[in-house]
This record gives sequence, structure tokens and C-alpha cells, in this order.
Amino acid sequence: MNFGVVVFPGTWSDCDFHYVIGEVLHQPVRYVWHRDNQLSDFDCLILPGGFSYGDYLRAGAVAGRSPVVEALPEFVAKGGVVLGSCNGFQILCESKLLPGALMRNECLQYRCQSTFLRVENAETPFTRSMRPGQTLKMPISHGEGKFYADAETLRRLRDQKQIVFRYASEDGRVVKDANPNGSLDNIAGVVNEEGTVLGLMPHPERASENAMGGTDGLLIFHSLLGSLVEDGSFLKR
Amino acid sequence: MRARVLVRLKPGILDVQGASVQRALHGLGFAEVQGLRVGKVLDLELDAPSGDTARRRVEEMCVRLLTNPVIEDYTVELLG
Repeated sequence: MNFGVVVFPGTWSDCDFHYVIGEVLHQPVRYVWHRDNQLSDFDCLILPGGFSYGDYLRAGAVAGRSPVVEALPEFVAKGGVVLGSCNGFQILCESKLLPGALMRNECLQYRCQSTFLRVENAETPFTRSMRPGQTLKMPISHGEGKFYADAETLRRLRDQKQIVFRYASEDGRVVKDANPNGSLDNIAGVVNEEGTVLGLMPHPERASENAMGGTDGLLIFHSLLGSLVEDGSFLKR
Repeated sequence: MRARVLVRLKPGILDVQGASVQRALHGLGFAEVQGLRVGKVLDLELDAPSGDTARRRVEEMCVRLLTNPVIEDYTVELLG
């Protein structure tokens, strides 16, 4: 499966994703500079974490209007999938590929810690190797990770099962104490309506080797690899 | 022409930065302060054949980039 890791000025998790995909999963992977909008070679594009454009104006605001991001709707319409982590999630919301917005953590602290995530939807190309209700351990590292959407959008996300991960306790209870940033409904990750674009604040690329403290992040990649059908399309929702 | 855009969080959205600044003021002895919210000002110059065109172009900039309509409201003022 061909992976592309998008790089903006200020991106910092690009090398981690490239390493995990290339050296741990042994899949073809290359960097995609943000000005490149020729994306037909790829099956999956990654928008990594970082501080693209210094988070100027709003986190992900400028990157969300770059040539590569403007080319994503067509990439997805032609069968590609997109995974955005941390700044990548912010960029996907700014570009309206995903609903809602990421705001300053309610506690005002930059949170760099492990979190537990409850799998809410195991029927997307990103979560097919998981069980609904399964708890995953994944680190976060962000100052602006509070997911916000208005009441109508939240209702729609719930009804259409677009909420994929929620912050939870180690035993899988979705409780306030387990919420590191005040995200509404403990939301840690969402997909678009078709299930082909995933945004999440945690870092799966930092939970893909035992030396890093766990390999639950690999389940997202295994799900993607397992969702690829012989004709090159993805098994969707 | 010069234009000024004021960007604010939509009413009802929790402003944690505003709350933090307000607490800091209280700590300095300004106990009378309530309801502090932090916004931003963007000043820009642009060539435009008329005030109406300038206003329309700046509003378009607000929608396309300068504000996030999910969480922010804005006003546009032409400064002449």
C-alpha cells in the first residue's frame, strides 16, 4: 500500500510516521511537500503532527489552505484515504474535510502524556482490526486539542457513528477524569461521513514499537492494510 | 484603503484564555472585572475601486482564511 507523508513548514511528526510505515510496517512510503498536489500514486496520505506555520492565525489554518490539502477532496473521491494526527486533525477541521474545530485545552496546560482511547466505531478502514469498546493506549502532545462542534453537529456525529475514539480510563470508561483537554463528549477522533478521512489528536506513530511504550498505534495501520481490496480500493463502512 | 477586522469567539463558547486573563487581573487587585473575553484585530491595506468592493473583498478574506466560522464571529470596518 502506498503511503504519502505530507510535510508543511513546521511539521515535526513526519519522520516518525515515515519510520513506522517504512521500517516497522515495511510499506512503500515517501514524503509529500505541501506544494505538491499530484497525489494519484498514493493509497493513504498522512497529515502528521507539529506546528505547521507556527500555528499562526489558528493552528492548522494556513496549512489547511495549501495546494496539497486543496487536492485532498479529489484524492478521497477517487478512493484514497487520509489520516490526520494532532496538527493533521487541526488541518482537516480547518479545511472542512472534517467537522468541528480544535481549541485551546480547557486546563490551559500543554498536555504531553499517555491516554487511553475507547474504540467507538470499528467499521472504518482505520479501525477494522479493532473491537468496539476496545481500549487503546496512545500518547498525546498538544496545547490545542479540545474538540468543539455545535449541538447540531455533535448530534449528527453521534447519529452517523462518526465518533471513532473517545478518551477513557484504562478500563474503558468514558469519564471526565480521563479527558485531558476538555473535548466535548470526550471526543479524541472522528471520521467524515464516508469513513475515508480520520482525524485524531493522539499520536499512533508514537505507539508502534514496544520500545516506545506500546504498539496499539499499529492497529490503525493494520486496519488500513487489511481494508485494502484486491482492486486497490478500500473496504469502507 | 485600510480595513480593520475584529475577530471574537462566538458567544456561548468557553474562552479559557479570557478566564485566565481575568483571574490574573483579579490577582492584581482588579476584582471588579467580569466577563473578559480575548479577541484579535487584523489591520490591512488593500487597493479597491470603491468602499463596497473593499468591504466585499475583506469579508471574503474573513470567510476563506482570517476567521474560523465554526467558533468565531467577525466585524469589518473600513478606516478610509
